[in-house]
Formats: sequence, structure tokens, C-alpha cells
Amino acid sequence: MKGGSLFKPAILIVGVYLFLKFALPLFTAPLPASLIFLYLALTTTGIVIFATLSGQSTEAFFGPITRFLSGEGLAGGMKTARLLVLVLFPLLVGWQTYSSTAPSEQPPAENRTVHPAPPGEFVGLSNPIPNTPDNVMAGKGLYAAFCSPCHGGNFDGKGMAAKGFNPPPANFSDPTTIAMLQESYLFWRIKKGGVGLSIEGMPWKSAMPRWEVELKDEQIWKIIMGEYDGAHQKPRTWE
Amino acid sequence: MLNHGGHPRRIASTGQGRGSWLAGLLVFLAFAGAPLLGLAQDAAGQAGGVAYRDLPAVGSRNIVWVIAQLHLLLAGFVLGVPIFAWICEIVGWKTGEKRYDKLAKEFTKLLTSSYATTALFGGILLFMLIGFYPKLMSYLADIFFPSFVVYCILFLLETATLYLYWYGWDAMQEGGKKKLHLILGFFLNVFAFFIMIVPNSWATFQASPVVLAEGSDMARAWAATWNPTWWPVNIHRLIANVVLGGYICGAYAGIRYLSAKTAEEREHYDWMGYVGNFIGVFGLLPLPFAGYWLMREIYQYNQQMGITLMGGFLSWLFILQAMLIGVLFLGSNYYFWMGITHRIPGSEAKYRKPIMSMLVILLLCLGVWMTPHSLVASLEEARKMGGTHHPLLGVFGVMSAKMTVANLMILVTFMSFIMYWRAGKEETAGWAKVAKAIMSGVLGVAAIVVIVLGVWGYFVPAIIRINYFSVAQVLIVLFVMLTITPLTALLLRSAKTTTEMVWGKMPPRAGYALVLNAVMVILLMTLMGYARSSSRVHWHIYGVMRDSSQYAFSPALGYAAAFMSLCTFLFCMLVAFIFWVATMGDKAKAGESGGKGKLPGAMPAMAGGSQQLDEK
Repeated sequence: MKGGSLFKPAILIVGVYLFLKFALPLFTAPLPASLIFLYLALTTTGIVIFATLSGQSTEAFFGPITRFLSGEGLAGGMKTARLLVLVLFPLLVGWQTYSSTAPSEQPPAENRTVHPAPPGEFVGLSNPIPNTPDNVMAGKGLYAAFCSPCHGGNFDGKGMAAKGFNPPPANFSDPTTIAMLQESYLFWRIKKGGVGLSIEGMPWKSAMPRWEVELKDEQIWKIIMGEYDGAHQKPRTWE
Repeated sequence: MLNHGGHPRRIASTGQGRGSWLAGLLVFLAFAGAPLLGLAQDAAGQAGGVAYRDLPAVGSRNIVWVIAQLHLLLAGFVLGVPIFAWICEIVGWKTGEKRYDKLAKEFTKLLTSSYATTALFGGILLFMLIGFYPKLMSYLADIFFPSFVVYCILFLLETATLYLYWYGWDAMQEGGKKKLHLILGFFLNVFAFFIMIVPNSWATFQASPVVLAEGSDMARAWAATWNPTWWPVNIHRLIANVVLGGYICGAYAGIRYLSAKTAEEREHYDWMGYVGNFIGVFGLLPLPFAGYWLMREIYQYNQQMGITLMGGFLSWLFILQAMLIGVLFLGSNYYFWMGITHRIPGSEAKYRKPIMSMLVILLLCLGVWMTPHSLVASLEEARKMGGTHHPLLGVFGVMSAKMTVANLMILVTFMSFIMYWRAGKEETAGWAKVAKAIMSGVLGVAAIVVIVLGVWGYFVPAIIRINYFSVAQVLIVLFVMLTITPLTALLLRSAKTTTEMVWGKMPPRAGYALVLNAVMVILLMTLMGYARSSSRVHWHIYGVMRDSSQYAFSPALGYAAAFMSLCTFLFCMLVAFIFWVATMGDKAKAGESGGKGKLPGAMPAMAGGSQQLDEK
């Protein structure tokens, strides 16, 4: 950051933005604007921290900005540029404020609660079915019949009906889903389905059927065993 | 005093005569008294079995929320400061460096002036709780009465010890008296610790009650006290109090530094700011471990409460928490780094690259820590991602990732301190190269193992990760600290100082950084206060006594954020006022020594603001 150059910080911010917005989606799903904003804010914070470590670096970083904004020693094109910035920046802020508050056809961004807390009667339940190969196989059979159309034969959330749902069915092979939960939680979710979600789970965006209508408790417990085994995960326990 | 007495009259005379002044007073009393009328009416309407009372317009819960939070923050400061004031005094006594004794005294001055306000808010809180929640308080008193008595005795002992400790400071400076003073400081901390853990038992019982068998009052109180979250909260609060106290003392020093008039003052408050920041960081390093233990115990105690906090509607608080802790880490490191570049002339070029590497690691870690499991996304964005859980970055949203980056940030911050410690010195010991190689090796291997365990944590059952991997990560980081700290101390014992540290040369932004850190830690405590209280959802005592008041709902996050900000603002104002009053004596002394007019000899001085004490 020598000689008052703002070139490197500007390149860094633009580079991070381009990477997050365009390069990363080449390999995976696009990032939401909220996450891009967060990472850019961190990048900017880092730049300001590093630039203000010493008096010399602070002057090198803020000096040109201060001189540009105050108009000190500016001539020709830079004068016009300063005028443009002073006019356009407030307009940009105004536009941003307007567009973020104006009525829109788009629903607002949601902060969905993925794992709402289960009701008290489902807390602390343990699987009453012995974990035997026969029971696991029986669970997998039930899973194939009732669950796999959405959650997939490979337990990866890619069943043949999965594309019809938003949000998509859970991917059990992802270590950040059922591996984080106790069996009693799955029992509640399977038994009561989307309509049985607690009030903090609103909006109830879950197409999970209420399986207590079709399945006995014993079958649900077997499905849970089959799910964990098939997805190569273990439930959360305290022993 | 005569002049002050005339002040209200002058105010009155600026209105429209005495009649309007009285009318104004009546209107004020009418407004101020209205809630009380409502309160009385509420109570009268349900005579015989009042469960709740309310304050119209304001709301009883809101009042209790603010008063309880302010009391807790003040108590945190009052119980945290004696720990490091006493340690500073010991350092001063052992090394013979008077500046440590002076610093310890200055810390204690802040403590004594805050003590009365803390007790005052405690009293207000008690009256509010008895008034607004009589049924709950009756239930708690029935269980905990023996510990109420113990608490009162502890309070008496703490008060007596504090007064002896403070007022006896100058009288107990030499020989055996100094030892007696240090013993007083020790007991001050012992009583303070017990004063903290006794009320903790009441609050933790509300969150994690246990079954109470029949028995004597003492046996029931003891059983209720020993509930599953009592010790995790005790340890978490003890460390958090040190962090709060350290950063607030740092902020005090920062403000005094910014307003310093002389070079001597600038040097002193620069050094005090450094010590405050160091104490804050010292506490901050183990704090995430204590928090993790607490959450583990909560989760194990009740899955519902654990999920409400970590996966349910309160989980967003932990993203805010990550941001606040991140700012604290960045702010503390920034202060260390500025210390290197400003206090050690000519060192900027040498340390620029290591600082940049540390900053990049901190920011990457913070990026991971702040990435939620379920992202805030518009409908269109969620469609493109296939839900609100990003297929790649979603893995950052769980504890394995969070624990890993928290440990790495702790390592980086620790190394920042080590770098600061070593700056401006040249090791002369023959084994310096070997020692430095060992330190680098330990640090590098530790960082790699922490990351490997973090990644591996995704592929093992949760209980293996929680009980073994996370614990191993913590132990590795502790091992690094316990290895590198003594090695560095040994190295520096024979080191040659190449550049003398210059105090009082920090730029104003260093003072602002100290204030920012204090504000962040206060916000953090208000945030966690809300989380701890809200995790009980619609229960006064979880699963035992249901909240059946009109406030039996969890406030929305935005509403809660407004209250957290309000509590932070009020606390900052309170502390600023207390410190202003406490330092009146200093200003008067400075005025006298400068020959700019003398204050009356009979001027009242608050505890901590005594001129006589300061002059010695």
C-alpha cells in the first residue's frame, strides 16, 4: 500500500466479489446476496484494519480519499470525477434505500428455522426397537416404500419426486442433517410431518406427510434405524 | 451547596411563575404515578392470590429485563475487577514495581465506586421481582431461603472486606501489613466468587430444575442448587466477568488517554489500556471453551432447550454472537498490532507480513464462524441453491466448523500477544534457535491437528466429536499456550532489548478501539442474557412452573435487539457517570497542583474519589 495507492484494495474487493458471484457458482450453487455481502464486509474490514496499522499506512490509504473528497489540489478530469461522486453517491444511497423499502412482488428473504425444537412429549424418547440386522433391513424396506420417492434411494434427498418440492427433501447422507439429531427428533418429524411443526417452525414450509396416519410407531422407529444405516450416519447420543 | 440550592429556584423562575412550576410538578407526578396506580389496581383486583402485577404501557417484563440486565452487567464488572486488581497488586508487591500497585489501586477505585450502584440495582430488581412475580418469587423463596441467608452474610462480608481493602490501601503498604492487605484481597475475591455462584443457582434452577425430594430446608436448597447447569454457568460467568472487567477498564483507560493533557498521563493511560486489553484477551481465550461446555450441558439436560438455542428460533443469536466475538478478536488483535507499530519504533516493516497473515487467517475463520447453516435467501436464490442450505458452504454452519475456527482464532490471538511480547528484543541464549524451531513446530502441528479433527468431525458420530474431538482441540490449544508461554519467558529472560518500548505514542484510534471492545463485550452479554432467559420459552421454571402471564411469549429477535441496545446504552451511561464521579478527585488534585484554583476542603468525595487517598 505504498504511495497512497488504493489500487490493491480496490482490486481485492472487486476480485472477491467476482469470485463469489461468478467463479464459485461454476462449481457449486450460487451464493445468496446476504452471504456475498457478509464476505465483502469482512474483506473491507480487513483492508481498513491493515491500512490503519501505522501512521504512514493510514496516510497512504486515506490521504488520497480525503484529498479527492475535499478537492484539495485536484484539476481537470479529477475535479469532474469528484463532482460526479458527490452527486452520484447520495443518489445511489437514496436508490438503495428506495429499492429495499419499496413494495415488491418478491416475497421477503426468509430466515427459516430448519430445526425447530420438538414438543416436550417427544423429548428424550429412545428407540424401543432392538438394533438388529433384521430390524434395520425391515426399516430400509419401509423407507424404500414410503420415503425414497422424495428422499431418494441413496438417502441423498434426490428421489424422483424431489424436484417438485421447495425446500427440497432433506439429504440424509449430508453429515450436517440427521447426524446432528437424536432419534427422537426424527420420530417427531416423521410421525407429525410438516403440519405438526411447532409454532417457531413457521412458515411451515415442509411437505412431509403426517405418517402417523399410515404407519405404526414401531414402523417409524424401524425406518429411523434404516435411514441412519443407509445414509452411513449415527444418531446423536450422550453415551 | 448554597449555590446548588438556588438552582431549582432559578429553573422555576424561568417558567411562568410558581403556579406553573407546581402545575408542571403535578403533571409529572401524575405521569410517574400512573403505573403505580395501575399496579395497585391490578393487585387489588386479585387480592388473595396475585400471580402477576404489571406496569401499564411499559410492561413488567420489559422493566425486569432492563433492570436485571443492568444489575448483571454491573455485577459482572464488580466481581471481575477484584480478580485482576489483586493479581496486579501481587505483581507489584513481588517485582517491587510501584506502577502495578498504582494500577491495582486505580482498578479498585473504579470497583468501589461501582459497588454501591450494583447493590442498588440488585435491590431494585428484588423489589420488582417480588412486586411483579409474587407467585414465582414465593416458590423460589420456599426452596432457596437457606441460600438467601447465606447470600446476605456473604454480602456483609464482601462489603466489609472491600472497604478494608480500599480504605486500608495506603495504610497497609509496607512489610507485614502489605501481606495482610493481600490476604484481604484474596478474601475479597473468595466472597465475590460465592456472591456470584449463589444467585447463579437460583437462575440456573429456573433453566434446569431437578427433582426435589422431601427433606430439610437445607437439603432441598442444596439439591436445587446443584442443578446440571450451575457449574457450567459459574465458570462461564467467572471468565466472562474478567473479560468484561478487563475491557471496561481498557475503555476507561482509552477515554482517559484520549483526554490526557500531559505526557505522563498519556504514558500511564496508554499502559493501562494495554493491561486492560491484555486482561480482556486473557479471559477471551478460554471463554469459548466454557461456552461450549455450557451448551453441551444444556443440550444434554434437555434436547428441546438445546435445539431451541442452537437449531431453533434462537439459533440466529449465535450468528450475531459470532459477529460480536469476531469484532472483539479483531479489535483486540488490532490493538496489539498497533502497539507493535507505534510503541516500538521502526518495527512496522518487520512485522507487516506476519500481521497480514494473522489478519487473513482471522478473517477467514470469522467468515466460517458467521456463515449460518440455513442462509437468508430470497425465493429465487433459495431455488437456485436447492433450499436455504448451501450445498458447499452449508457445512460451515455446524459445530465442527465453528469449534475449529474458534480454536484457530484463539491460536492466532495468542500468537499476536507472543509477537508483541518479543517485539523490540533480540534473543541471546545459545538455545534460542532450537527453542524458536520447537515453538514454530508446536504451533504448526497444533493448527494442522485442529483442522484435521475439525474435518474428521463430520465423519464420526456426534458423541465422538463432542466428547473427544472438540475436547482434544481445546487441549491442543491449551498445550500450545502452556508450552510457548514459558519458553518465551525463558528466552526473553536473557534477551537484549534492541528497541525500547515507548508509551503514550498510540494514535487516537487505539483509544477508540478499546472503547469499541468494551461496547462489543457489553452487547455480547446482553445478547447472551436474552438467549439464556428465552431458552426457557414459556416457562418460569422449565417444565415445572409455566408462565401464565400476558408475556408468556418469546419476544421477536428485532424487538429483543432493540432492548439489548437499550441495555448497552444505559449501562455505558451508568458506567460513564460512575467513573466521572470517581475521578472527580483526580481532576480536583490536578487543578490544585496546577494552581488553577482550589476546591473547598470539605468537598464530599465518593469512595474512590478521595483526594487524600490519591495524593498518597
